[in-house]
Amino acid sequence: MVVLTKKEQLQELSEIRSLMERSSRFISLSGMSGISTGISAIIGALIAYWRISIYSHKDGGIYIDSVNTLMWELIIIASVVFIVAVCVAIFFTIKESKKQGQSIFDKSSQQLITNLLIPLVTGGAFCIILIYNNMLWMVAPSTLIFYGLALINASKFTLDNIKYLGFCEIILGLLNGIWMSAGNGLLFWSIGFGLLHIIYGVFMHFKYNKG
Amino acid sequence: MIENLNKVFESRVRLGIMSILMVNEWVEFKTLKELLKVTDGNLASHLGALEKKHLIEINKEFVGKKPRTTYKTTLEGKVLFNKHLEALEALIKKGE
Repeated sequence: MVVLTKKEQLQELSEIRSLMERSSRFISLSGMSGISTGISAIIGALIAYWRISIYSHKDGGIYIDSVNTLMWELIIIASVVFIVAVCVAIFFTIKESKKQGQSIFDKSSQQLITNLLIPLVTGGAFCIILIYNNMLWMVAPSTLIFYGLALINASKFTLDNIKYLGFCEIILGLLNGIWMSAGNGLLFWSIGFGLLHIIYGVFMHFKYNKG
Repeated sequence: MIENLNKVFESRVRLGIMSILMVNEWVEFKTLKELLKVTDGNLASHLGALEKKHLIEINKEFVGKKPRTTYKTTLEGKVLFNKHLEALEALIKKGE
């Protein structure tokens, strides 16, 4: 029997742990992806707030006529923010995966994307139904809740602590459902997609970039 | 405790193979090779040794015209590997 030194034994154990992680989880998400997503969301929310306040300042008649145009403007702003946020997050993820030597399109990243998309696409379709039925006030809480569920669902295939971000998003979505008044949706939305992403990103950055 | 340290796992490659198969079901030869960074021949001989002891299962199939070989641990393999890990941890704790 080969006698291993303590250092070798420890190294063996940490190698085992690293192989288990690398082979089953996509761990190349970086703190910067979270921070950049959060910043895009806050910029988007500010633009939306500005557009809403401009429409609100117009006199009564025009305001009612233009609610429909405002809605489309907000939908376009949200879509652009979403696309920008996803692109920037992918950029930082590719950068991180090169550093970690993990392929960007292996089995674990495919599993991550599939598990993220199932609740996300369901939520997206549900929100379109809400808009179609003119239940606009329900859109913000629904996006938060479905996004939280998507994160928890995906946490098995990436950094485990992303599920805590998911729990926070769900709680925020439910709170938004309780305190539902005009303008609250945008506020909760900025906290959920903006502030929480930035906090989580900063936390990740310091946790994994120390060494 | 120390008797649980299994001689079969006294190789980095075998330890690596078992680690990957513990958390994934049916892993391809190619994936194992990439993760462990070893040569085909080296990997094949270690896989063969593990299969001989009934610690892993091999599945050969055709995807279109290409043969594909995948591997998974047997229940016995999982039990023995877990015991091996526990023994390793115990050894380290004792040394502290």
